[in-house]
Amino acid sequence: MTPNLRFWLGAALLALVLFLSLRLLGNDYAYFAGYFVLQYVVLASAWNILGGYAGYVNFGAAGFMAAGAYAAIVLRQALGLELLPGILFAALVAGLLGLGTGYLTLRLRGVYFSIATLCLAVVLQTLVVNWDYVGGSRGAYIVHPRDIPPFTSYAEYLFVVMLVLAILAAGIGRAVERSSLGRGLQAIRDNERAAEAVGVPTLRLKLVATTLCGALMGVAGAPLPYYSGYLNPEAAFSLAYAVNAIAMPLIGGAGTWAGPVIGAVLLASLQQAATVTISSALNLWIVGWMLVIFVALAPKGILGWFRRRP
Amino acid sequence: MSTDVLLHAKGVGKSFGGFTALAEIDIDLRPGERLGLIGPNGSGKSTFVNCISGDFAQHEGTVTLAGHSLNGLKPHRRARLGLARTFQLPQPFNSLSVLENVRVPLLFSGHAADATERAMACLEQVEMADKAQKLPKELTQVEQRRLELARAIALNPRLLIADEAMAGLSNAEVDQIIALLFKLNQAGAAIIMIEHIMRAVTAFSERLVVFVAGRKIADGIPRDVLALEEVEGAYLGKQ
Repeated sequence: MTPNLRFWLGAALLALVLFLSLRLLGNDYAYFAGYFVLQYVVLASAWNILGGYAGYVNFGAAGFMAAGAYAAIVLRQALGLELLPGILFAALVAGLLGLGTGYLTLRLRGVYFSIATLCLAVVLQTLVVNWDYVGGSRGAYIVHPRDIPPFTSYAEYLFVVMLVLAILAAGIGRAVERSSLGRGLQAIRDNERAAEAVGVPTLRLKLVATTLCGALMGVAGAPLPYYSGYLNPEAAFSLAYAVNAIAMPLIGGAGTWAGPVIGAVLLASLQQAATVTISSALNLWIVGWMLVIFVALAPKGILGWFRRRP
Repeated sequence: MSTDVLLHAKGVGKSFGGFTALAEIDIDLRPGERLGLIGPNGSGKSTFVNCISGDFAQHEGTVTLAGHSLNGLKPHRRARLGLARTFQLPQPFNSLSVLENVRVPLLFSGHAADATERAMACLEQVEMADKAQKLPKELTQVEQRRLELARAIALNPRLLIADEAMAGLSNAEVDQIIALLFKLNQAGAAIIMIEHIMRAVTAFSERLVVFVAGRKIADGIPRDVLALEEVEGAYLGKQ
């Protein structure tokens, strides 16, 4: 069995076990909690492509995610199309946004690039707040069908959609890691000047990475209005997305496909548990402390900790 | 321009603000030639190299490699035309193993299918095959220099620019690097050696160019060039 086949079969089996376990629970909350965790698997895997492999820290994750969410809303308003076409449209819109952002900003490096991506999110939020068609600052409502056969509830449907997206995102991250693109991005992260000198087309690879990263972040955001039934700019551009998108890969192990998955499952589960038991106000507090602990004790994340050389 | 010219630099000039770092540099290099480029600190050697390799855009003049104009080309496009360089300080990809460091240029030069085999062959040429799985930080200084050379060899270069590839090495290590450069030269690559270690430059170069204050003041066989009064005065400190 080839490693690729083993990965996809393993992922499909894991997905099936998850799905059946939640169905046995028979509780919509479990689906919503699962969705919450899985959306971060997609978001963290997306961030990792540019931030983890190429070393370009994107502070604008919330902007790309919101672009995906609002793309789905626009498609629904304009053509009446539901979630699945909305996800594809979100990937297209956020991917193009990533390409454009990359073209304008990738000549910047380090903190300058990061600030530029942060600015993008601010600009997008200002646009959305002043765009009545998508509800402006009031927000937009999405009334979704009660059931989508053969699923037992809309929550289950959303969970399955996000489960598939999470597996795809992890698979794309893994494919990038094992490809020439991944090696080129790693070379860029380590030493961009040397990479260029040995024939790596650095700008082109970075543009591919920003496009892919943007598209996946958009995909993570597209189901958001369907999940909550209502979306306003404050929620769509929430700081929590930007912080989590960075913290999760760093805690799991940036620059590996599995790191963001581990980090997202760990951090999002903790936040979900805190939301239920104490308060959602604790979420960023938890992320902050986890980051401090990992930066001090395991700067290469959980995977880096286990892979340490003697 | 003669057809047996590999590198043709004509009237190359570079300024940083009001400071002229290079002015009116003309250099032709034949295929397989070994050129030593010397000059005191700040004389423009590295600026010239950076103009040739594409790190800097020259403000004036033209540069061609094997008949292809390099003007405006990105460094990676120049690398694909057969121009390789090493850096004053070794610049490995620190998170990648030695083998992966050498695979990177092969992945982007049409050799992705057999990149591992080719990379191992390059490492064998620099006697580093046994270090293939190590990380660059685990290598000694001279091994890092060898890794840089292996990465350059992977580009199958027509021209290699070795920018102070021996800085900080012991005499024995300098000899090792010179031997490697000779081997690479015998395989057909022209080499420009920029070096402060005069023993290495004179042992290796068949032609010597001297820069002072951004201008070329001498060009010829090493013995003749080093005997010139201007060179002695400017470079060796005699009045």
